[in-house]
Amino acid sequence: MTNPLKPKDRVKIPRQEMPTQPAEQRRSDFDEVNLGLTTVQAHSEASRCLECSHPECVHGCPVGVKVREFVELVHQGDFLAAAAKIREDNVLPAVTGRVCPQEDQCEGHCILGKRFEPLGIGYLERFVADYERSQGTLALPPKAPPTGKRVAIIGSGPAGLSAAGDLVMRGHEVTVFEALHEPGGVLIYGIPEFRLPKAIVRQEIDNLRQLGICFETNVVIGKTITIDELLGEEGYHAVFVATGAGLPKFLGVAGEHLAGVYSANEFLTRVNLMRASDFPDYDEPVYDCRDRTVAVVGGGNTAMDAVRTALRLGARRALLVYRRTQEEMPARKEEVEHALQEGVEFVTLTTPLEFLGDEQGRLTAARCQRMELGEPDESGRRSPVAIAGSEFELPLDLVIIALGTGANPLVQSTTPDLETDRRGYIRANDDTLQTSKPGVFAGGDIVTGSATVILAMGAGRKAAAAIHEYLAAQA
Amino acid sequence: MSEMFEIVAATPVAENLTRFEIRAPRIARKQQPGQFVIVRVHDHGERIPLTIAGSNPEAGTITLVVQGIGKTTRLMNSLEAGQFLLDVVGPLGQPSEIRQYGTVVVVGGGVGTAIAWPTARALRDAGNHVITILGARSKSLVILEDELRAASSDLFVTTDDGSYGRQGLVTDVLKDLLAGDKPVDFVLAIGPIPMMRGVAEVTRPYGVPTTVSLNSIMVDGTGMCGGCRVLVGGEARFACVDGPEFDAHTVDFAVLAQRNAMYRAAERDALDRFTQHPEQDRQRVEHTCQLARRHPELTESS
Ligand SMILES: Cc1cc2nc3c(=O)[nH]c(=O)nc-3n(C[C@H](O)[C@H](O)[C@H](O)COP(=O)(O)OP(=O)(O)OC[C@H]3O[C@@H](n4cnc5c(N)ncnc54)[C@H](O)[C@@H]3O)c2cc1C
Ligand SMILES: Cc1cc2nc3c(=O)[nH]c(=O)nc-3n(C[C@H](O)[C@H](O)[C@H](O)COP(=O)(O)OP(=O)(O)OC[C@H]3O[C@@H](n4cnc5c(N)ncnc54)[C@H](O)[C@@H]3O)c2cc1C
Ligand code: SF4
Ligand code: SF4
Ligand code: FES
Repeated sequence: MTNPLKPKDRVKIPRQEMPTQPAEQRRSDFDEVNLGLTTVQAHSEASRCLECSHPECVHGCPVGVKVREFVELVHQGDFLAAAAKIREDNVLPAVTGRVCPQEDQCEGHCILGKRFEPLGIGYLERFVADYERSQGTLALPPKAPPTGKRVAIIGSGPAGLSAAGDLVMRGHEVTVFEALHEPGGVLIYGIPEFRLPKAIVRQEIDNLRQLGICFETNVVIGKTITIDELLGEEGYHAVFVATGAGLPKFLGVAGEHLAGVYSANEFLTRVNLMRASDFPDYDEPVYDCRDRTVAVVGGGNTAMDAVRTALRLGARRALLVYRRTQEEMPARKEEVEHALQEGVEFVTLTTPLEFLGDEQGRLTAARCQRMELGEPDESGRRSPVAIAGSEFELPLDLVIIALGTGANPLVQSTTPDLETDRRGYIRANDDTLQTSKPGVFAGGDIVTGSATVILAMGAGRKAAAAIHEYLAAQA
Repeated sequence: MSEMFEIVAATPVAENLTRFEIRAPRIARKQQPGQFVIVRVHDHGERIPLTIAGSNPEAGTITLVVQGIGKTTRLMNSLEAGQFLLDVVGPLGQPSEIRQYGTVVVVGGGVGTAIAWPTARALRDAGNHVITILGARSKSLVILEDELRAASSDLFVTTDDGSYGRQGLVTDVLKDLLAGDKPVDFVLAIGPIPMMRGVAEVTRPYGVPTTVSLNSIMVDGTGMCGGCRVLVGGEARFACVDGPEFDAHTVDFAVLAQRNAMYRAAERDALDRFTQHPEQDRQRVEHTCQLARRHPELTESS
């Protein structure tokens, strides 16, 4: 313990505010919104930690990052040691520091939060990771000697990447297969630049390459190669399926085929992966939002990302249509606040019933209905109930559906002995992530349904440990 | 860094149409008639779907036939043997349903002829009596005639201007065949949307099962984005994973045409820029090629 302040003085220190780009400026560019704490701020924030003997924050983190210990190292000014401490449990701290729903996880459990503001754990994690990147050094333990075992990982999102990292460190030969032309999963094609700069994701992937992981892009498992072929003629000893939940959900209402109706996946992929925001320098087009009215249906992170992207593409009005109230929105609190600051208009307690178009098949409006909150449903949230006779028309040029995603069936449908549940997600043992098929493990969104980056990474680690054991038992 | 895909041969086959042999061994081993790849030419490029017109698993190559209609396809058609494509992924989509139908009429319009070619061959190999009708605007646009003749028992050509074969539309010949005394058991029609719609209307009263291949706009090709959705039997289906072939009598062609028109202004803009200043794209292609030559290990996956 190096903090000379008494706990009663520590709690008086205000929580540091994240410096941001001004809202008027950022709503028209794709630069990162949050600028990161300064060294002075980081020190001050770290000094707020009560250094609890039973740190609740650690229990709040799905992968158990040793928060108290790394914060103490920040306070001592040893940022590289702090980074190494985080990396013991989390291989992508620059990402999670930015995108974890901290208010529900580490910070949600922080004891300070009971009476004061919780410690800015996400801010500090990001600070440390950014410092490490700026130093160009990576605090990595030595790699184990080669085992001669080969592992194939399907999908390069957070689950696949963290499993790959752990397995290569244990001496296995690891190949990651990715269907798209660039690895990263949702971190590359879904979450926008202004929240998670792609340079960070690319650098993390380069680090993994330097560890000796081989990335094979443009390979769709189930089409280009099947799992049986991976385990057969391709010579892999184990497979980890981490294909994510890449199947867009639509409302299933009339008019969803109109030109001007996108899934959030399509809209965000065009802008992030294909860089349509830089058309014509990049070839992929996206709907021209300039001076148009754009509505996004949903209230999660994906909806926030889509509506703020539309704003940055020049939308005159960017609306968020959500069937409950702002309280119930599942998005990170910070994203909701940022969206409001940037001028996104929330149309809450509203749901679209139908989309209307002109004779050329282009969207012109959504026929909507007002809702009110009724009894809590099984998720504990009060469920919306339609108000009779409240229908109205909302004139629109573009609508983006962000209602979450389902299980993409490509791998499952070509691997008949891989058991799935009713909704098509792969069944895996809770502890080992072993599937019904010998040598095949699965984790991340393809097992749990859409969740979070850190949960997917946690699944990747768990799978790596189980695969390591499995391979050892094979020898 | 990922693998790159060598153009082994690039042969002009008609005005604005080029036939490519591309080294892509894994895809060549797996390809079945009716499937396609998605290609990205260079690192600023868009992803475009192209049917695999055939493959040679021994040589590790696939055949693509490309019609230059917009920026990306024209850029592609300016490429030569020895150059490289940055990304090729596949084989995607459901294979054609090959059965013994009896008498089959294959209708190919424009570049649709190339798309229909592998399926026509497979239908013949499955023991069908294959009659092919090729349609084009004029003689110089008739492609793969010899190849399709080899796969068919009978072959008819129609041109809009009468410069070759019969003057008129493919549907004129199809109507005669349907009205004739030999029953037609199955029709496969691939070409421009108005042609496929026309064929669907002609066969509908006869109740002849008819399949079309839908060319909706795609991005990922794996069912992730939903951009390729088409309305079939009143339901949204994803052309990239559920198709691209569907029952012609239940397809809403108007919706397909409307959705395909969504980016018209941007497409025109991109084509104009490319026509006026092709240098930048050439450089980007050259960049891929240099990378491939410097790292030969990235081009020869087995
Ligand atoms: C727009 C958006 C914003 C989000 N914001 C947040 C946030 O702020 N905080 C947070 O914690 N979470 C957020 N999430 C959720 C989070 O991104 C996911 O839970 C997480 O990425 C899941 O990781 P994964 O590794 O399971 O799968 P994914 O990240 O989905 O990666 C799967 C990869 O597998 C590839 N693949 C699929 N099928 C095949 C195949 N057959 N062959 C080869 N490759 C294949 C895919 O192309 C993809 O690259 C967000 C999600 C979205 C869509
Ligand atoms: C399953 C499938 C198989 C195909 N096979 C072939 C083939 O073997 N040979 C061939 O020459 N063409 C084929 N096409 C069509 C080809 O993909 C388009 O011509 C190409 O994308 C046009 O790109 P562009 O930049 O040259 O033209 P653009 O200027 O982008 O577009 C011109 C027109 O092409 C259509 N188009 C644009 N982008 C796409 C896209 N991503 N996907 C589909 N259509 C688009 C639009 O209707 C547009 O009006 C196929 C399409 C599909 C869906
Ligand atoms: S990984 Fe996420 S939940 Fe865990 S400590 Fe870091 S920010 Fe908090
Ligand atoms: S619970 Fe909060 S105060 Fe306690 S150790 Fe964790 S971060 Fe520090
Ligand atoms: S192209 Fe994206 S789902 Fe078909």
